[in-house]
Amino acid sequence: MNVRTQQRIAVGFLFFCTVLVVLPVLVILGIITYKGFSALSFEFIFGMPKSGMNAGGIFPALLGTIYLVTGAILFAVPLGVLSAIYLVEYSRDNAISRLIKLAIVNLAGVPSVVYGLFGLGVFVVFLGFGVSILSGSLTLGIMILPVIITASREALESVPQSFRIVSLSLGASRWQTIRHAVLPHALPGILTGTILGLGRAAGETAPILFTVAAFYLPRLPESVFDQTMALPYHLYVISTQVPGIREDFRFGTALVLLLLVLILNFAAIILRYRFRKKKRW
Amino acid sequence: MTVRKLREWCIERVIFMSGITSIVIVILIFIFLLKEGLAILGHVGIFQFLFGANWYPISDPPQFGAFPLILGSVLVTLGAAAISVPLGVASALYIAEIAPKKTKEILKAGIELLAAIPSVVIGFIGMVTLGPVIKLIFGLPTGLTALTGSITLAFMAMPTIVSIAEDAITAVPRQYREAAAAMGATTWQTTWRVIAYAARPGMLAAVMLGIGRVIGETMAVMMVTGNAALIPHSILQPVRTLTATIAAEMGETVQGGDHYAALFAIGIVLFVITFAINGVAELYLHRTTRR
Amino acid sequence: MSTHIAVRDLCLYYGRNCVLKDLSLEIQRNEIFTIIGPANSGKSSFLQTLNRLNELHAEFRKTGSVTLGAEDIDTIDVEQLRARVGIVFALPFPLPLSIFDNITYGPRMHGIRQKTQMTDLVERSLREAYLWDEVKDRLHHPAMNLSGGQQQRLCIARVLAGQPEVILFDEPTSGLDPISTARVEETMMVLRGRYTIVLVTNNVAQAARVGTRTAFFLMGEMVEVGDTKDVFTRPSDSRTDEYVTGKFG
Repeated sequence: MNVRTQQRIAVGFLFFCTVLVVLPVLVILGIITYKGFSALSFEFIFGMPKSGMNAGGIFPALLGTIYLVTGAILFAVPLGVLSAIYLVEYSRDNAISRLIKLAIVNLAGVPSVVYGLFGLGVFVVFLGFGVSILSGSLTLGIMILPVIITASREALESVPQSFRIVSLSLGASRWQTIRHAVLPHALPGILTGTILGLGRAAGETAPILFTVAAFYLPRLPESVFDQTMALPYHLYVISTQVPGIREDFRFGTALVLLLLVLILNFAAIILRYRFRKKKRW
Repeated sequence: MTVRKLREWCIERVIFMSGITSIVIVILIFIFLLKEGLAILGHVGIFQFLFGANWYPISDPPQFGAFPLILGSVLVTLGAAAISVPLGVASALYIAEIAPKKTKEILKAGIELLAAIPSVVIGFIGMVTLGPVIKLIFGLPTGLTALTGSITLAFMAMPTIVSIAEDAITAVPRQYREAAAAMGATTWQTTWRVIAYAARPGMLAAVMLGIGRVIGETMAVMMVTGNAALIPHSILQPVRTLTATIAAEMGETVQGGDHYAALFAIGIVLFVITFAINGVAELYLHRTTRR
Repeated sequence: MSTHIAVRDLCLYYGRNCVLKDLSLEIQRNEIFTIIGPANSGKSSFLQTLNRLNELHAEFRKTGSVTLGAEDIDTIDVEQLRARVGIVFALPFPLPLSIFDNITYGPRMHGIRQKTQMTDLVERSLREAYLWDEVKDRLHHPAMNLSGGQQQRLCIARVLAGQPEVILFDEPTSGLDPISTARVEETMMVLRGRYTIVLVTNNVAQAARVGTRTAFFLMGEMVEVGDTKDVFTRPSDSRTDEYVTGKFG
C-alpha cells in the first residue's frame, strides 16, 4: 500500500474513534434535554412530591443534595487545603510526604460504594450519627478530599518561589508567609478545585445510599441528624425501584441533576480561564 | 513574641495533622472494612467465600459464595476494556498528535463533559436507550446484560484513559518527532511507531486507571446489567458485579448479621483490587514523567 | 569605628559539598563592605548566611559562628534577625501587591497596624530610596507596573521600612540597565553611613565605586580583604590582581 494512502486511512480511523468517544456525550445531553425539558416547571423544581412521586416536584431531593454538598465542602475544603499546605509548604521530600501522596492516589481510586461502606461503618454505626445528613456529608467529604487536595496542591505550587523567599526575608514567619504571600495567589485555583469537588459530590449516589438517602420523605429535613432525599438517589429510585413513573418526570429529574453538575463544572472552567488571563507572573 | 511563637507552633501542628489525614483515612477504611467483614470470612472460609458458586444470602441456610459476583465484575470489566482501550488510545493519539488546535480544544471539552456526567445519569440513559437496542439486535428476553454494562462502562472509563494517555503522549520529547520527521516519516508513521512507542508506560497507566474506574463503578452498572447473581455463561446474560451487590443488598441486611458482614467482605475484595491497580499505575505514571 | 558583624571560622556546606571554608572576617558599623569574586566563589552563600536565609535549603549546614553586635545570630529569633538584617536580591521581586502594601509588608508582619504610622513609614522609606517623587501619586497602584530599576529601588525601600541595622545586597544590579544601575548605586551611596551595607557583586567596577572595604572570594576561600582602594591598586595576592584587572572570571 502506498504510504500516503496508509496515512490517510490511519488518520481517518483515529478520527472515527474520537468521534465514537465524543458523540455519545452529545447524544446523552440531547436525549435528556429533549425528553426532560417539558417536565421543567416552577412546581417541578420547587414543589413537594405527590401521589407516589408521580406528580408534584422534586424539591426535597434538590434541597437534600444542596445540604449534602454544602456539608461535604465545609468538611473537605479546610482539611484538603491544610493538607495541601503541608505537602507543598512544610514537608520535605521524605518518607512521610511520599506516603501521603500514595495515600491520596489510592483514595482517588477507592470505589464510591466502598466509601459508602466506610461511612456506614464509621459515621452511622461506630460514631452513632445514624443515617443522617451529617453521616452522608462526611462520607461525601472524604470522597472528594483527594480532588480538593490535588487542586490545592497545584494551585500552591504555581505560586512563584520568590514570593515566599521575599516574605521570609522581610522577617515574616512561615505561617504569615503562607497566609499573606502564598494563599491569596493560590485562591482562584483552590476555588476551581472546590467547585469541581462540588460537582462530583452532587452527582454521587453510592456513598449516600446507606448513610443518608431516604427513598421518600414527605417533609423537609430539620437537622443534620435527619435523613433526606437526594437528587441522584431520587433518579435511581424513580427509574428502577418504582414502576410506572411518568417518563417526563424521570428525564426531568435527570435533566435537573445534569444541569446542576454542568453549571458547577462550567463555573470552574470559566473561573480557571479568567484567572489565567489575569495572572501576571 | 512568645504568643506569636506559640500560635505558630499550634498552626504547624494543625497543618501536620491535616497533612497526614489521607494516610489515616486509608488505614481507617481498611480497618473498618476488616472489622465489619472479617467475621464472615472466618465463618465461611476465604476460599469458599471467593470461589463458592452460590450467592444466596437470604435463603436458609444462607450461602455466601462470591464467585458469580467476581465473574460478573471480571466479565463486565473485560468487555469494557476491550471497547475502551483501543478507542481511548486512538482518541488520545488523535487529540494529542493530529487534531488542529481548535478541534483539539473542542474534543477535550467534550471528554471533560463526559467525565462530569453523574454515573446515575449515565446508568439511566444506558437503561432506557442502550438496553432496548441490545434487546432488539440480539433478540433477547431482556436488554440489561453484561454487554450493556460493558458498553456503558467503556464510556465511563474513556475520560480517564484519554486524558492520562494524552498527557503521556504530549510528554514525549519534541526531538523524537523532529528526528522522525527528518527521516521522512509521515505523521502517521511518527505517531504510531515513535510516539506511541515512547509513551507506552504512560498509556499503560492510563489503561490501568481506566480499568480501576470500571471495577469500582457502581450505580451505572447496577442499573444496566440486570442484577442476576448467577455464574454467567455468555456476555448476553444478565450479571451482577461486586459493587452492585453491595449497593443493592445493603438496605435489606441486619446490621452486624452475616449478610451485612459478607457485603463488607466484598468491600475488602474491591478495596484490595483497586489499591493494587492504582499503586501499579502510579509506578508506571512516574516512569514517564521522570524521563 | 566598631565591629558590627564578626565571622569566626565559618564553613558552609550544601549536603557534602563545601561552598565556603574557614572564613573569618569583621565588618565595621556603617561601612559598605563589598565582596567580589567569580561565580561559585561562595559569596552569595555567605551573604545569605548573615540573615539565615540559607536555612530554607534542606541540605544546608554551617559550622563556626557569626555575631551581630554582641549576639550570636543563631540565638536571635530568626524573624527578628531578618528584620534587622534586610536583603535586596539580584532580581527585583515585588510582591503582587500595591506599592504601599509592598513597603508595609514587613512592618505589618511584625504587628504594626496603625494607618498614620504606616503612611509616614512609606513616605520616609521611599524618600530614602529615591523613589518618592516618581511614585507618590500612585502608591496604591500595583508594584508590578513599575520599571525594573524602579522595582529594585522599591525593594530597597521595602527593606528600609523594616528599619534594619544591616542591608545585604546580592548582586542588586545584575538584571538592570546602566541607567537604572547608576540610580541604585546612588541610593547605596546615600545610605552609606546610616546602615551597615554588605554588597556582593560580580561587577568589579561597582565594588570599586561604592565600597569602603573589599574582600575577594575565590572557590570558597577569601583570598584577600582590605580597604577598597588598596585591593584595587596594590593587591597583595596575584590572583586578586588578575581578577580585578580582568584576566579571568
